[in-house]
Amino acid sequence: MPDQLLYAMEVTLNGLMAGVMYALVALGFVLIYKASGIFNYAQGVLALFAALTLVGIQQGQVPFAHLINAVTGLHVSSFGFTVPSILAILLTLGVMVLLAIVIEKLVLKHLVNQAPIILFMATIGMAYFLEGFGDVMWGADIKTLDVGLPQGISETVESMTDSIFGYGFFIDNLDIVATLVAVALVAALTLFSQYSKQGRALRAVADDHQAALSVGISLRFIWILVWSIAGFVALVAGIMWGSKSGVQFSLSLIALKALPVLMLGGFTSIPGAIVGGLIIGVGEKLFEFFAGPLIGGATENWFAYVLALLFLVFRPQGLFGEKIIERV
Amino acid sequence: MNAMTEGYMTADGRKIGGVLMELKNITLRFGGVVAIKDISFDIRDGEIRAIIGPNGAGKSSMLNVISGFYTPTEGSVWFKGYQRGPMRPYQVAQLGIARTFQNIALFDGMSVLDNIMTGRLTLMKSGLLSQALWWGGAAKEEDEHREKVEKIIDFLEIQNIRKTPVGRLPYGLKKRVELARALAAEPKMLLLDEPMAGMNVEEKEDMCRFILDLNDEFGTTIVLIEHDMGVVMDLSDRVVVMDYGKKIGDGPPDEVRNNQDVIDAYLGVSHD
Repeated sequence: MPDQLLYAMEVTLNGLMAGVMYALVALGFVLIYKASGIFNYAQGVLALFAALTLVGIQQGQVPFAHLINAVTGLHVSSFGFTVPSILAILLTLGVMVLLAIVIEKLVLKHLVNQAPIILFMATIGMAYFLEGFGDVMWGADIKTLDVGLPQGISETVESMTDSIFGYGFFIDNLDIVATLVAVALVAALTLFSQYSKQGRALRAVADDHQAALSVGISLRFIWILVWSIAGFVALVAGIMWGSKSGVQFSLSLIALKALPVLMLGGFTSIPGAIVGGLIIGVGEKLFEFFAGPLIGGATENWFAYVLALLFLVFRPQGLFGEKIIERV
Repeated sequence: MNAMTEGYMTADGRKIGGVLMELKNITLRFGGVVAIKDISFDIRDGEIRAIIGPNGAGKSSMLNVISGFYTPTEGSVWFKGYQRGPMRPYQVAQLGIARTFQNIALFDGMSVLDNIMTGRLTLMKSGLLSQALWWGGAAKEEDEHREKVEKIIDFLEIQNIRKTPVGRLPYGLKKRVELARALAAEPKMLLLDEPMAGMNVEEKEDMCRFILDLNDEFGTTIVLIEHDMGVVMDLSDRVVVMDYGKKIGDGPPDEVRNNQDVIDAYLGVSHD
């Protein structure tokens, strides 16, 4: 096989893996948008907050240490113990559920029946608040997250492809894990929404609020449930991205990468989020590989957005989104 | 026992029980608009009770008060002998009061079967964790509820569209699916907001048959709003007539038909 083709294959594989990471973030958006029609600007910050909390719990940090020190003159920073990864993840999940309840009680409850733009503005507010709150709670320094996921280049893949093609592919172990986790997550979410009573209630609310009320579904419970699930997805995305590039403020900006994914896949489709993520991931890697050298590189920064723009012109509802039909 | 709690026999020999719901001096205002003005009436166990009146008379508002979508400005709602506090619609549904809507409110993206299954949500007992992990009674419970739903599907003769997404169904069938979803909750009381609006004669006849059958077979109390006078007179045991938010008549169909106020409201009065 010619070298060029092999490189392209490797790049495609890497693109697929990167796409999965984008899809993980986009998934959180889709869940909330489907159930409540809210575009949740805070989804990226939720991922950041989840990752910060996870690291904090794992390392036994005292929450609000700076605040406590400043007010009381003490010098506390750590409880002096570490928490096992699994336990820390479960505790963080608990915190995310708690956060969902607080968001419902303090924000959503008071904005029932408001226009989508109002709710969108509220999520922008939430994003800034949470960002600051995360800093105050756990400190603003860059943290490394290690929950025991394998790091580095996968030697198995390298030696396997080497024996087949005579050229070893460089694939990140973490990316492989992320892919497996994403597949499991999507499968679990699909099963839950299709076959459980709460999943059915969730789909019902997504479809028609009034009808959902008439069959005895509490909208508030469903909103708490949806935001908890979105918090859970944010936690998974936070773990993957945090393990990859450290836990820091820029983690919340991955939400921006989810935007083109959503425009491609459609805001209302879970498979859409996955396929959209993969297309963006592969697209930007391949474009960089083929066209990058011709136009001076650094195409990965803008390719996704240009692609999204094209989609907006020719297929505004995305690949899988519900077609907007207006009755006249 | 006083007269209020005793039942009566209908002309076709069905026995109607005591008072199931009583509405006392209900007034409903939206800002300066008075939608319902001091209306009282009762609904008896096993009865088919119709609410009629010209457009804008406040019939749908009345139904919304009963189903908890509106909270009355004044007055009280008594159900099974207890006064009902201010309630959210989902809590009313959990009491065993199901409803359909004037402009069909179904879950368009879901199949007929799934739509009807949502009607049983209030009856499902297993918790979130058990459902999420499909563990404990969850699977067994799902089967039992599925069985009940199949019975309703048979009853309403919609077997062949079981798996069809509701959004693709014609209007008449959607109405029937909505009725099926309401029935799935095994309600004590069923509220039907214009169940026959926009239907052709054949569809209306089917719907009438279903309403009579389900009242007969399950003993469900039915409150319905309907414009087709023929249907109302045939179906109902007692009729409340509303006009401009006020009650102008209440009684068996024959009595109401001959009420001068009712005739005036429907045909108009000459002002000479």
